[in-house]
Amino acid sequence: MTGNLEQIIRDAQKAVKEAATNEDIEKLRVKYSGKKGEITALLKGLKDLPPEERPRAGEAINKARTQIETAIAQAQAGIREKTMELRLASETLDVTLPAEEVPQGHTHPNTIALEELERIFIGMGYEVVEGPEVEKDYYNFEALNIPDGHPAKDEQDTFYINGDILLRTQTSSAQVHEMEKGRLPIRMISPGRVFRSDAVDATHSPSFHQVEGLVIDKGITFADLKGTLEVMARELFGEETKVRFRPHHFPFTEPSAEVDVSCFKCGGKGCSFCKGEGWIEILGCGMVHPHVFEMNGIDPDEYTGFAFGVGLERIALLKYGIDDMRLMYDNDIRFLDQF
Amino acid sequence: MNTSYSWIKAYVPDLDCTYQEYSDRMTLSGTKVEEFRPLDKNLEKIVVGEILKIDRHPDADKLVVCQVNIGDETTQIVTGAPNVREGQKVPVVLAGGKVAGGHDGGPLPEDGVEIKAGKLRGVESNGMMCSIEELGSSREFYPDAPEGGIYILPPDSVPGSDALQILGLRDAVYEYEITSNRVDCYSVLGIAREAAATFKLPFKAPSCEVKENKDLHTKDLISVEIKDPDLCSQFCARVCTDVKIGPSPEWMQRRLASVGIRPINNLVDITNYVMAEYGQPMHAYDLDDIAGRRIVVKRASDGEKFVTLDGQERELDHDVLTICDGEKAVGIAGIMGGENSMITENVKTVLFEAATFNGTNVRKSSRRIGLRTDASSIFEKGLEPHNAIDAINRACELMNELSCGTPAEGMVRAGDDLPERKELTFKPEKYNSLLGTDVSEEEMLDIFKRLEIGFDEKDRTLKIPYFRQDLLRDADIAEEVARFYGYDRIPVTLPSSSATMGGLNRDMRIRNAAASSAEHFGFSQAYCYSFESPKIFDMLRLPEDAPERKAIRISNPLGEDFSIMRTVPLGGMLTSLASNYNHRNKDVRLYELGNVYIAKELPLTELPDERMTFTAGFYGKGDFFTLKGLAETVFKNAGLRDRRTYKASSDRPYLHPGRQAEIFYGDELLGYLGEVHPITAENFGIGGRAYVLVIDMPALVSHSSEDIRYGGFARFPAVTRDISMLVPLNVTAGELESLFLQRGGKILESVTLFDVYQGEQVKDGYKSMAYSLVFRSREKTLSDDDVNAVMKKYLNGLERMGIELRS
Repeated sequence: MTGNLEQIIRDAQKAVKEAATNEDIEKLRVKYSGKKGEITALLKGLKDLPPEERPRAGEAINKARTQIETAIAQAQAGIREKTMELRLASETLDVTLPAEEVPQGHTHPNTIALEELERIFIGMGYEVVEGPEVEKDYYNFEALNIPDGHPAKDEQDTFYINGDILLRTQTSSAQVHEMEKGRLPIRMISPGRVFRSDAVDATHSPSFHQVEGLVIDKGITFADLKGTLEVMARELFGEETKVRFRPHHFPFTEPSAEVDVSCFKCGGKGCSFCKGEGWIEILGCGMVHPHVFEMNGIDPDEYTGFAFGVGLERIALLKYGIDDMRLMYDNDIRFLDQF
Repeated sequence: MNTSYSWIKAYVPDLDCTYQEYSDRMTLSGTKVEEFRPLDKNLEKIVVGEILKIDRHPDADKLVVCQVNIGDETTQIVTGAPNVREGQKVPVVLAGGKVAGGHDGGPLPEDGVEIKAGKLRGVESNGMMCSIEELGSSREFYPDAPEGGIYILPPDSVPGSDALQILGLRDAVYEYEITSNRVDCYSVLGIAREAAATFKLPFKAPSCEVKENKDLHTKDLISVEIKDPDLCSQFCARVCTDVKIGPSPEWMQRRLASVGIRPINNLVDITNYVMAEYGQPMHAYDLDDIAGRRIVVKRASDGEKFVTLDGQERELDHDVLTICDGEKAVGIAGIMGGENSMITENVKTVLFEAATFNGTNVRKSSRRIGLRTDASSIFEKGLEPHNAIDAINRACELMNELSCGTPAEGMVRAGDDLPERKELTFKPEKYNSLLGTDVSEEEMLDIFKRLEIGFDEKDRTLKIPYFRQDLLRDADIAEEVARFYGYDRIPVTLPSSSATMGGLNRDMRIRNAAASSAEHFGFSQAYCYSFESPKIFDMLRLPEDAPERKAIRISNPLGEDFSIMRTVPLGGMLTSLASNYNHRNKDVRLYELGNVYIAKELPLTELPDERMTFTAGFYGKGDFFTLKGLAETVFKNAGLRDRRTYKASSDRPYLHPGRQAEIFYGDELLGYLGEVHPITAENFGIGGRAYVLVIDMPALVSHSSEDIRYGGFARFPAVTRDISMLVPLNVTAGELESLFLQRGGKILESVTLFDVYQGEQVKDGYKSMAYSLVFRSREKTLSDDDVNAVMKKYLNGLERMGIELRS
């Protein structure tokens, strides 16, 4: 009996070793531990043995069964591993084949520049507001300290609809709308489209975009203006950027300044990009003129403020190295695809 | 505005810095230098040469061989110039030196022209004698230079010395950007004052002292009457007798040339010089031409004809101011004199005019007449009256200095009283608190002193000099402090006051949602003009009475192509698609977010309705349903909760009549989409099919929602029923879906069309359609009976629409 059992184990282990597929293994399992299997038959035969032999024989048979089942399980694992290896080997990809193309639209460079500015100023607590593009003379000129006959009114070649209604020449008109609301303090930027009768060429367009900024509160200083615009310039053009404030004149600010940034191509040494100057002019700004406050019912002795206006195309052209303003309005997909 | 460095130095004698330093410091104190040009650029090793001896060239008829004393030595130079004579002093560029240009006066090469020693037809030549063109200028500015010859220097020039110094070329010319508030800086003196203040150096203005003929009184020679004082606040007149016309001295010619004014003769040059120096235009009349020896300043009559100095006849009107004598007009005030009183070589007695005209009137008149002159462009800015008095006296001082006429005693002046000097209270704390600085009182007062702003210590007031018309209030004074304290020295801080909430408003957020939806669909962002040509309406096939044609017109457009404000956004979109098509770009998808301008009434009395509009358009891959998909995505991302309905329409003539739809949300029109009408596409030059989608953003925003709420998972299983039908061709999918939705009750979860087919195996007049219907209850597991009840309602409805179920 024991010798027979050992023979069975040896046969089984040999057969399992030779089995190549899951089917072969399954057959062996049925042969030994199935309902009509050899081990099962031996277990069934126990009842024919004398009662004193049964425990020993039972133990031996169970041991044999465990040995065989372990061999089967190991073989199964081996086969699974081999099958997996074969499958993976057959599935090798040429990973250098082209990527799947999902059609992706592109944001216009003007919008990208605007979103940059919005990110910077919203981060500093500025609300983004908008004003009308077709505007009353009052908002575009008079309330900004540019009365009739003022030279600045002629310098900005204005498109008129009629004597009183025009296409705004500057987003500064949005300042007036904001002050009129009578809510102080104010911290806003106002992006939008403006119009001037310049013929289309590489640097001019009869319609372009500005972003106006306005801060009004108690105790706002020119130093605050400098600090704010330095933050803006560094965020836009890089941490290394130097900022220069030059005295200038705008009717609606006093003192006024123009702001240059160090040329980001040459770092300020002077190159063809900055025409050898090392500086690039980016915007105009100043402290809100007291008369503008008075026109809008704000007490200039109590409140001060600053305002600035940035040309969006100017920023986009500079920042993305675009050499022709006309590209911005041609909407050629070969241009747009690059942003 | 231009000045030379040396002219500034004439009033700021201690000025001593490099050209670059002058440029930088002036720019930072507010007088922006646009550019500067050293006059000695590319002029190297140029000295005075004395021609000692001239011999004929042995082998060339047109050349001569000169022995030239260049100071320490004598050198040999061969020249072809016809005008050289022994004993002359001439500019000589030595071998190894450089000149600016060729003798033909053509454009100057960037790096100049190098001069080397060499042989000319076998004879050694060690340099070159120079014409004015080779020195980078022209006869226009050096009228004494001969045509096509060597420039001849004054006889007292020292051989070997710097010829450029003698020619006034050791100098630089600066071009400034002057802001409109600084009328005083449209003058050399004004800029010199700024330079003196910037460099903290003394400033010396001309004295304007006139040596007069005490026996002859101006008031006996001329009378002045201003009839229209609103247009002329002051008219000053002076007379000089014994006038002798001739060339002006070299120093004056050089200075005029350096700022681009051509020297003519002493009298003309004096008026031009004073205009540049003081920024006060002047005029000179031959007193013998002035009828009745009287000047009357008055408005012209409508339609009056007048011939100006340039020989052109001009038509005037009642708003044009003229200068008249006892009989006739002799000049247009502030713009140009008349031919009838033009100074000639024979003038004996000259009448000088320096007046103060209304700037706005001069500007408007000059525009109407179509004549803009140097004088008018200065008057336009609005001049200060004191300036005219200084200027006319300066002109007489120069008549003395140039010995070309004798001023009569006194000045005749008509007009308003001169304005008093303005006074402002000195408020150092206020200036500092506006600037965020801590500038000491002492430093401020020092700045004011340099700017000629007086200070009365007793009542602490500032006395503003008359030429500073721009200093009116505290903020203006603060700017002066800032300018000369230095903008760069002002601290850098951030506003530390009240916290504010930043952000985009809802309109902008929804717009961004639409934009990113479009970009996910492969549409790129376009920017189109707000104005366009009215021809667009014809290209869009809009009938004559279409409301879209009621567009706002610009009264002064750049041209017909930019003359109306757009009422439909398609012009820009289709133009852009066409331009891409012309460039053979494939599969182009664009979107735009921009306003259309809808007038409430025309002509405009109130501001129009500016409606932000989302427009998408494409040609190439895709069809109507591509844009419908985009529309749906936009609506979902904008948070529209309810179903949109697409109603077939044929109303829009620019769209295909069988392929257009209006989009409704409830009863409100959100927009439309469709295939562009083939003729419209052709009108714009787009070959093949193009499609557009237009969404009215205000309508979309009004229904949008940004509320987000989690609804939980469905806890009970769904029941799916597929239904396959034969549907008459005229029944639309929209009608079927409405039926499913209306009769499905609460348990209908989704309706999905999964097949639509028409053709073989489907009988004529019908299409085969198959829907997958999913039912689910939130309260329980649905039984077959529950679903069957709904299906029965569906079948009844479908039957009524002539629809058969397919087995």
